[in-house]
Amino acid sequence: MLTDPDLTPEGRAWLDGVAGAEGWETAFTAAGRHVGRDHADAARVELLRVARPDAETLTRLYQRGDAAERRAVLLALPELPLGPEALPLVEDALRANDARLIAAALGPYAARHLDQHLWRHAVLKCVFIGVPIHEVAGLADRADIELARMARDFAAERAAAGRPVPDDVRHILSLVPDFPPVQEA
Amino acid sequence: MRIFDPHIHMSSRTTDDYERMRASGVTALVEPSFWLGQPRTSAASFVDHFDALLGWEPYRAAQYGIAHHCALALNPKEANDPRCTPILKELPRYLEKDSVVAVGEIGYDSITPAEDEALAAQLELAARHGLPALVHTPHRDKLAGLERTLAVLAESELPPERVVLDHLNETTVDRAADSGCWLAFSVYPDTKMDEARTVAVLRRLGLDRMLVNSAADWGKSDPLKTRKVGDAMLAAGFGEDDVDRVLWRNPVEFYGLSGRLDLGERERPELFEGNSIARGAPAGR
Repeated sequence: MLTDPDLTPEGRAWLDGVAGAEGWETAFTAAGRHVGRDHADAARVELLRVARPDAETLTRLYQRGDAAERRAVLLALPELPLGPEALPLVEDALRANDARLIAAALGPYAARHLDQHLWRHAVLKCVFIGVPIHEVAGLADRADIELARMARDFAAERAAAGRPVPDDVRHILSLVPDFPPVQEA
Repeated sequence: MRIFDPHIHMSSRTTDDYERMRASGVTALVEPSFWLGQPRTSAASFVDHFDALLGWEPYRAAQYGIAHHCALALNPKEANDPRCTPILKELPRYLEKDSVVAVGEIGYDSITPAEDEALAAQLELAARHGLPALVHTPHRDKLAGLERTLAVLAESELPPERVVLDHLNETTVDRAADSGCWLAFSVYPDTKMDEARTVAVLRRLGLDRMLVNSAADWGKSDPLKTRKVGDAMLAAGFGEDDVDRVLWRNPVEFYGLSGRLDLGERERPELFEGNSIARGAPAGR
C-alpha cells in the first residue's frame, strides 16, 4: 500500500479534509499544489482509496488527467475493489512512450489481470526503453519460455548492431532456466 | 545566460530543438495551445492536444533539463468553428492542472463576433481559475484588433497586470504599453520582429513588463531566437543583468502570477540515452 509518512501537518490536514468529501475529484487534480509534488502520488492514491470510485469514474479521471494524475490512477488500481474492468487504462498506458506511465501500469493489477501476450510485450517494452524490470510486479511468476525467446531475439538484435545488451535481458533468461542462454557478440 | 522562452510551440518541434535550446541556455518554457496549421474537426482533437501539453511535451523537455509549462485555451481562429467551440466546456477541468500557468493563447484572428465571445469567456475563466492570460494580437489589422482586445479586457474581471499582449511591434507597442498590460515580442526569421528591432524597442521603452519569445512553431521560425536577442542586447550595450531580467526574471514574474510555476529540481527520468526518446545507445559504446 502506497502511504506517505512524510506529509507535512498542513498537507495531512488538507488531505484528511478532502478525502471522501464532495469535490474530491477537484482535489485529486490539485493535490500536488497542496501536499507538494513529491507527495502527490501518495495523496492521490489515498483519495482514490477512500473514494473507491467505480471503473467509469476512474476512466474519466485517467482520460482527463495529466501525466501525474494518470500515474496515480494506475498506482491505485491494485488497492481498489476492481475486477478486470480497468484493464483498458493499463493497456492505454502501455501504448504510451512515457516511461513513468509504463512502469506504473505494470504493478500488481496488471500482474493479476493483463493477458499473457500483452504482458510479455509490456515487459519487452520495458527492456527496450529502459524501465528497470524489477519494477514489474509478478515478473518471476509470469515469465515464460515465450518471453525468454523474445528477450533472446532482442539481445541478438542489439548484438548484431554492436550495441550493449541490457542486463535485464539476462535477468529474464535467468527466470526461465530451461531456455538456452544468450549468444554474446 | 539563463533563458525562459515564454511562448513556443514545442509540439511542432523535434527533439533536436530541445537539445539545441538547452545548449543555448533555455531551461524553462511555456507552450501555449494553438492550432495545428490546418483546421481541427472536433473538440476531441483539442483534448489530444491538451494531453500532449500536459504529458508528453513536459516529458520530452525533461530529458533535456527544460521545465515545460503550458497555457491552454480555444485559439481565436478555431473559435469560429462550431465543431471546435464545445472544448470551452471542457476547459475548466484542464485549467486546474499543475503545469497550466496561463489561459492562452487567446485574442483575435479575423475579429468576428464568435471571437469576441470566446475571448470574453476565456478571460473570465482565467480570472476564475487564478491564472494570467496570454493574449495575442492579430496578424492582420493588428492595431484595430489591439483596440478591440483592450476594450474587451476593460470589461473583464482580469486586471491588466495579469495579461500579456503578444506579437507586438513598433506600430502597436505604445498603445499596448499605455494599457498597463505586459508586453511581448515574437522574434522570427522573416516576419513579426527581428533581434535588432526588438533591442531598439527595449532601449526606447525600458525593460519593465517586457517579454521576448521565439513563438517557434511548424512554420519558418527559430527556437534559438531568445538567445539571439540576448546576444544582440549585450552587443548593443545592455548588461548581463538586463538580459537576465528580460529573458528570465520577467517571464518568471509573469507566469509566477499563477502560483504554479515549478522551476526547482524537476523530476527527471533517470535514463537519458536509453529512454523512449533518445532511443537506443550509440553503437560501439
